[in-house]
Order: sequence, then C-alpha cells, then structure tokens
Amino acid sequence: MQPTSPTSPTFPSPARRTLLRGIAGAAALGAGVPLLSACGGSGSSSDPKTVTLGSNQSDAVPKKAYGDIYTAFTQQSGITVKVNTKDHNTFQEQINSYLQGTPDDVFNWFAGYRMQFFAKKGLASPIDDVWQKIAGNFPEAMRKLSKGEDGKYYFVPLTTYPWAVFYRKSVFRQHGYQVPTTWDAFVALCKQMKKDGLVPIAFGDKDAWPAMGTFDQINFRVNGYDFHVQLMAGKASWTDAKVKAVFDHWSEILPYHQDGFMGRTWQDAAQTLVAKKAGMYVLGSFVGQQFTNQADLDDLDFFAFPEINPAYGQETVEAPTDGFMVSKSPKNHDGVVKLLEFLGTPAAEEIYLKGDPSVVAASTNASTASYTPLQKKAFEMISGAKSLTQFMDRDSRPDFTSTVMQPGLQKFLQNPKGVDGLLSSIERQKKTIFASE
Amino acid sequence: MATDTPTKSPEAAAVPPPRRASGTGRDRRGHQRLLTRRDRITLGLMAGVPTLLHVALVWVTALASVLLAFTTWDGIGFDSIKWVGLRNFTQLFQDNPQFWPAVEHNVIWFVVLILVPTPLGLFLAVQLDKRIRFSRVYQTAFFLPVVISMACIGFVWQLVYNPDTGLINSIIGANEPGHYIDWIGDPDLNLWAVLVAASWRHTGYMMILYLAGLKSVDPSLREASALDGADEWQTFRSVIFPTLRPTNTVVLVVTIIEALRAFDLVFVFNKGAQGTELLSILVTNNIIGESSRIGYGSAIAVVLLVISLIVIIPYLIATFRKERRA
Repeated sequence: MQPTSPTSPTFPSPARRTLLRGIAGAAALGAGVPLLSACGGSGSSSDPKTVTLGSNQSDAVPKKAYGDIYTAFTQQSGITVKVNTKDHNTFQEQINSYLQGTPDDVFNWFAGYRMQFFAKKGLASPIDDVWQKIAGNFPEAMRKLSKGEDGKYYFVPLTTYPWAVFYRKSVFRQHGYQVPTTWDAFVALCKQMKKDGLVPIAFGDKDAWPAMGTFDQINFRVNGYDFHVQLMAGKASWTDAKVKAVFDHWSEILPYHQDGFMGRTWQDAAQTLVAKKAGMYVLGSFVGQQFTNQADLDDLDFFAFPEINPAYGQETVEAPTDGFMVSKSPKNHDGVVKLLEFLGTPAAEEIYLKGDPSVVAASTNASTASYTPLQKKAFEMISGAKSLTQFMDRDSRPDFTSTVMQPGLQKFLQNPKGVDGLLSSIERQKKTIFASE
Repeated sequence: MATDTPTKSPEAAAVPPPRRASGTGRDRRGHQRLLTRRDRITLGLMAGVPTLLHVALVWVTALASVLLAFTTWDGIGFDSIKWVGLRNFTQLFQDNPQFWPAVEHNVIWFVVLILVPTPLGLFLAVQLDKRIRFSRVYQTAFFLPVVISMACIGFVWQLVYNPDTGLINSIIGANEPGHYIDWIGDPDLNLWAVLVAASWRHTGYMMILYLAGLKSVDPSLREASALDGADEWQTFRSVIFPTLRPTNTVVLVVTIIEALRAFDLVFVFNKGAQGTELLSILVTNNIIGESSRIGYGSAIAVVLLVISLIVIIPYLIATFRKERRA
C-alpha cells in the first residue's frame, strides 16, 4: 500500500517555502512558472507510431520492470511507448489537474472507487473493445474490479498483492506457535507472544494509512464484504452497531500492538519483524521489501487474517490492484488499443514479474513457474478469494479517507475508549462529504 | 496569502526613489520635463508589471478563494461548482474535530515563540553586542538554523525524535517496549516537541533582528547612563530596551506571521497528525492532493485570512499614522 498513499519522506514544502519567504514579485514570478508547466502533460504528438503513457512508477525496480514491458511491446508492434514518469506521490496529488489538462494517452492507476470516480467524471475512456480480446485472461473478480459504475470497462489490471498477517517461520518454530485461524486463537497467540517477550503485532502508523489496513481486515471479517463495500461507499452508517463491533475487536488486540506507533513508519515497524523482535505484522506483501537479506526473506511467511464471524470466514482478501487506464481523448486511439491488449496478456505480466517479484500477476493464466513460495501463496490466496477489496483509500472517496478517516483512526488508536463520540463525528462528516457529489 | 501584505511595501517603496533623485538635482519646476518618454515607459513598466502580478497573484487569488469558500467544488470542470452559502463554515465550526484544535495550536505556536525564543534571541543579541571574543563564530552558529529550510529542519528533528532509533530515546533508554516516549505521535507531547525545533530556529532569527537593532543604538546613550551611575541591567531596562521599540514591532509582526504560516516543519515532522493540527495543514489536506474539497479548504483559508487581517490591520494603521505624522 505504500505506493498509494503520500508517504515517503520527500520534501514537498521547499517550493511553497520559497513562495512565502521570497519578496513578493520576484518569488511569485519564479514559482509561477514551474506551477504552470506542471499542469501540462507531455508530448502532443499524434504520430500513429507513438503512444504516450503517464507513469507513477518512479521507484527504480518497478520503473525498469514496466520499461521491459514497453520494450517488448515495441518489438512486437513497432509502436513506441513514450513514458512520462512522475514522482509517485506527486502524480497522485496532481491527478485531477493532470487528467483535465493534456494527459498522456494511457496512464498508471489503481482499481476501485478511485478508478470509477474518474470514469464517472468523464476523464477516462471506456475500453470495452480491448476487453473483448482480453476478458478470457482474467478471473471474474478482476473483471468486476475493472468496470466503472456504468458497467463499461475502464481499467486493465496488471499486478496485485495481498494484505495478510506476516510472520517469521523460524520464530513460530522456535516457540512452537501455530498459525491461528480463529479470533480466539489469534488473541491467545498475542498473549503468549507477549509472555515470551516478543512484540505480538508490529505496528507503525506515522503515515496514517496502515491503520486503515487493519480496519479493513477486521471489518470484512466481522461484517462481511457487502457491508464493507456499503460502508466505504458512504451508504452504511458509521454509527451502526456493526461498526462499533469492529472497534471493539480492535480494542481487544490493541494492547498487543507495538508501542509508540504514532511516530513510527511502516518501514521501521517492519524492521522489528526482520530483527525477530516482533511476532506478527498486518501489512501488504510489500513488507518483503524491507527484508534485504535473502535468508530472512525466505523465512518470511504469512497467513490470512483469522476468521471472526463464521458466516464470512476468510472469504474476502484485500488485494490492491495496479494497472492502466485511458485518458479522455487519446491522440492515438488504435495504438492505445494495441498497447492495452498487449498489457492484458499473461506475457506482459510475466515480463513485469521478472523485474519485480514483490507482487503477483492479475491474470490467472500467467505462468507461476518462476514464483517464489511467498508469491505462490499470495497468488493462491487471491485467486481463491470470493471477493476482493482494494484498500480503504482506494475503495472510498479519497477526500473522506484522507481528511476524516486517517485522523479519525489515529484518534481511536490514541484513545480507544472514546469510540462512540468518534463514530458519530465520522458519520456527521461523512454525510456532508458524500452529499456533495 | 494574507501574509504577503507586509512584503508589498518594499515594492511600493521601490518606485519613488528615481523621481526624488531626479528632483533633487536641478530645479523643481522642470521636474515634469525631466522625465522623457522612455523614462515614463520604464517607470510605467516598473510600477505596472509588479502591480499586475500582485493583483493577479495576491488579490485575484485571495478573492477567488473567498468566493470559493461559499461553494463546493471537486476541482473538475467549472460547471461542478455549486453554491452552498455558509454551509462550509457551519460544518467547519461544528463538525470538524480538527478545526478548533488547529486554531488553538496556532495560538500556542505564537505564544511560545514570543515567550521563549524571542527573549532568548534578545539575550544572545545583547551578549554578542558586547564584542566578546569569537562573536562572529557564535553569531554564525546561532543564525545557521535560520538559513536551513524548514523542511530540512523538520526532517532532522524527526530523526532526533524517532521513537526507535532517535537520539533522545536512545540516550534515555526510552526505546524499549513499555518505556516508549512517542515524541512524534503522542498528542500531549508532539506539539511541544515540534515547538522546540521551531524555537531553535526562531531564536537565531530574533537574535539577528535584535542585533541589528542594538547596533543602531546611539553609543552616547550608554555613555550618558553610565555617567548617571546606572548598572548594566538598569541601562538595558531603562535606556536600551525602550530605544529598541521599532525592532520590537518588527519582531512582533514577524512572530505573528511565523505562527500563522507555520506549516512546513510540522508537515514534514508528522503531517499534522493529532496534537499538531494547524490551520495551514488543514487547508493543504483539503485542497491539495486527491481529496480536492476545494470549497471546504477555501473556507479554512478564509478563516486564516481573517485572523491574519485582524492582526495585520492594526499594525498597518499604526505604521501609516506614524508616517503621516513624520
């Protein structure tokens, strides 16, 4: 989930700082120019041999892996992909103005509510023609994820990864722990770990989004997928007793979370798992990025968040999915269709996974031969899921999650007893935000 | 930004000097004729371009955000702007759990800056003014934090305060389970932690302002008070400090501006999490990024603007009145 949220310690402020500090005229003039140029997209070519693509994959590993796909596409079709890469968080923050300006033909984006939002606003083009060819490559859950509210396709998924409870096999072996499948077993395991001097659940919520992951897990285990979707869509009420039950469960395991989490990043929390000081960690599989030593990485394993309500078992998996969308009026429509058809093939996914083994292919037809055991397990978990969710900030309105839920959940973590007042405050704010559609 | 208002004056002041310069040299009646066509165009451009920029970048944008504060808009297409009257404000005052804490924190920010780093800066300035040895070295050392960007300061202090690997917790052994001191996250602590960083920087700033003020104090005043038998403290309290009045005004205004625009330090430190909410951060969180609650964010910005005006207008009135008297 790291990529989704404005997380990394980059410095967005210096530009603003100059603006404030500088003597009015000169500074305003100087800062105005980059602001204006930031609005524009890249190349305005209508060359039939070129497709432009706006990329948010600014990290070295995914950037190269995506590049490999485009090279393969060029070799196959003779069409060049002109990639315009922007810093991940910047891309996300500017997405509104980017899509309204002169966006690239194709752009990287995520499945879920955020994708549907742009589709509804007319900032993305439907791609049903592409899906006529690629639909067979994807399981039903992925197809559902790729549609807008109007039932048309808007998205081509490429990779996905699961959220789960991560642990070290050697630690479990050493203490004789069993993987818990029920809530009671999970709580008992936490107790035992605490007794054994371990931090039961590693946790860092400085960036405010990790808590949303825990909430999602407990919510669809307690209340099921349908209620979760309704809650995220602003239809169900946050003052519902069902939501209260989620926080009650959370309060029960909160004492087993790592202390001092408000000031800790997920990377630092992951280090406690690397150092075998923590027993478990509820996070996405990108936690593996923090395991730089191959032997440690081989020791990493995970299990699905334990069952809480037997009616819903472990049927829902949170699997954020990354892929591509087409902007409102692509300059090279035929080229775009060809590119997306290529991106929707298992072959494209296999090329990507060669470069970045921390995720798994969205297509069930992609070869799993080169998967690590961890990837295989992730793949099975996702393809065996009855329903897939994305993540709170991908499944709901971004303005609601960033301005209400992130501070709200942090407040809960600090003061679990004040949950009633908090929930009615969330509900009041939710109503006004969802009413402003 | 309302805080731009005081910076306007250097620009406005930049225009008259050439006229005065040309006026003093020769006879005053020829004053008009001395300005050639080219001069007039140059002057027009010199005054016109900044005025245009100022109007476009300060007034138009400020007015636009005041208007937007009464609407709801997701930033996509102008036709999605909807008039909602005062709804944004009622929501802000009644439903937003972060708003009042943010106002409170901005006030605390100001009070702390006035009470701690300002006297400290004055103290340092007085010491450095005594021409002690290595005074240049001290001066540089104290002033250095002011030169560093706020974002970097936030980043550095965040490392110092890191609960696991930070300097403080490592030294006092508070990075063990059960003993954690969460400087960045604990809502009772984090504002004070970040204020330490802000004060660290502000002290240097205040020191330089006061040092400049002290250098301009007439040495004969000190001499006179020494002849009158005043000791050092008496001299400072009854002679030097009163002559620093103009500096104090500047210090007050600068500190108010610092308190109202406090943003970057906290944003890098912990993104304005619970305990460190600030108005500027609420504006950013609502407008920038994907959330795009532009109307609502503008309403918060308007509140910030009104507070700034309440503070700045009396200062401007006082300044202009003084100028007229002079």
